[in-house]
Amino acid sequence: MQNDILIFDRNRVRLNRDRAARQSRKDGGHHDFMHDWAVRALMNRLSDVKRDFDLALLIGATGSKSLLQQQKIGTLIQMDLSAEHLKNNIGEHVQLSLQGSEEFLPFAPQSLDLILSPLTLHTVNDLPGALLQIRQTLKPDGLFLAAMLGGETLHELRSVMMDAEMNLRGGISPRIAPFADKPQAGALLQRAGFNLPVIDSEIITVTYENAFRLMQDVRFMGEGNAILKRDTKFTGRDLFTEAARLYHERFSGPDGRINATFEIIFMIGWAPHESQQKPLRPGSATARLADVLGSTEIGTGESTGT
Amino acid sequence: MQENLPCESLFTPTIIHYDRPIMTHQIDPKLLDILVCPLTKVPLRYDAARQELISDQAKLAYPIRDGIPVMLVEEARTIKE
Repeated sequence: MQNDILIFDRNRVRLNRDRAARQSRKDGGHHDFMHDWAVRALMNRLSDVKRDFDLALLIGATGSKSLLQQQKIGTLIQMDLSAEHLKNNIGEHVQLSLQGSEEFLPFAPQSLDLILSPLTLHTVNDLPGALLQIRQTLKPDGLFLAAMLGGETLHELRSVMMDAEMNLRGGISPRIAPFADKPQAGALLQRAGFNLPVIDSEIITVTYENAFRLMQDVRFMGEGNAILKRDTKFTGRDLFTEAARLYHERFSGPDGRINATFEIIFMIGWAPHESQQKPLRPGSATARLADVLGSTEIGTGESTGT
Repeated sequence: MQENLPCESLFTPTIIHYDRPIMTHQIDPKLLDILVCPLTKVPLRYDAARQELISDQAKLAYPIRDGIPVMLVEEARTIKE
């Protein structure tokens, strides 16, 4: 699972999450609204599935309490990179809490019935590898349900930070993480060997008083900049002030509040099992399409594989 | 616990107190059974006395802190021969 191209500083991701968990203890966790929303959205999708899941893993402990009401889950295991997040979410609803990384899953092959990942996969360096490990950890006919931040996320902040840095410093440094987009997510699921993959996405617009509030919220969510090649020097306040000015100029509504876009990509996939529906072998049809449609068949000149 | 925060942070340093003890509970052995070494994916040996999960192949001991197994390679103790 070695990968030479590292984008994220995973230690930094862990620190960010630890810090967010402490903040959440202080202020009641109202900055976690996006994670809570994602957990609830995943639960909604789960309620459409007509079967129960004996052993389930939740990757990312934020919002695990929302799963309390979920009747479909027998035993719940929660895993988080951050011990602080786990401590915030320990309770009767979860049978095992463990600290672990999405990049190196510590579970035996074919041991779990369900894996839920609400907003945790956007900071892994090797997403194909992580998805492959998830698929291998699932029992046959096991379900994977994930919500991931998509490419449209924070596009406003990305562009104004870039322009502000260009204006004031004459160059740019990476500040907003690159996110996967919908077609990529679909391809990755298939590449990891999931059956019946379904991808959809939702755009959520959040309004803020100003860009400073938005940036504070992003940090309090535990989603501060964790790009390995980030500029670790002190970022002058002038840069943020300029970015906030541009943000307000370009992306504010009639009420003066600024808009911030979050794109959430939902991924659903099943570990292969023979009971699952699959396409018929080409040429195995027992009726002619032309007969069904009541029209005349126009041959292409090729023989059919009967 | 005083934290050193990098200068880019918007936070001011804070002192964290846990006002309630963190619950420690016995881990269900059935659940320990499905845990493997994240590096080598081989089953682990549970050392109840030391509260560690041991990967003999990777020569790593993963600690269990407050009832939470820490399955991170960077937090594991290297076992010397």
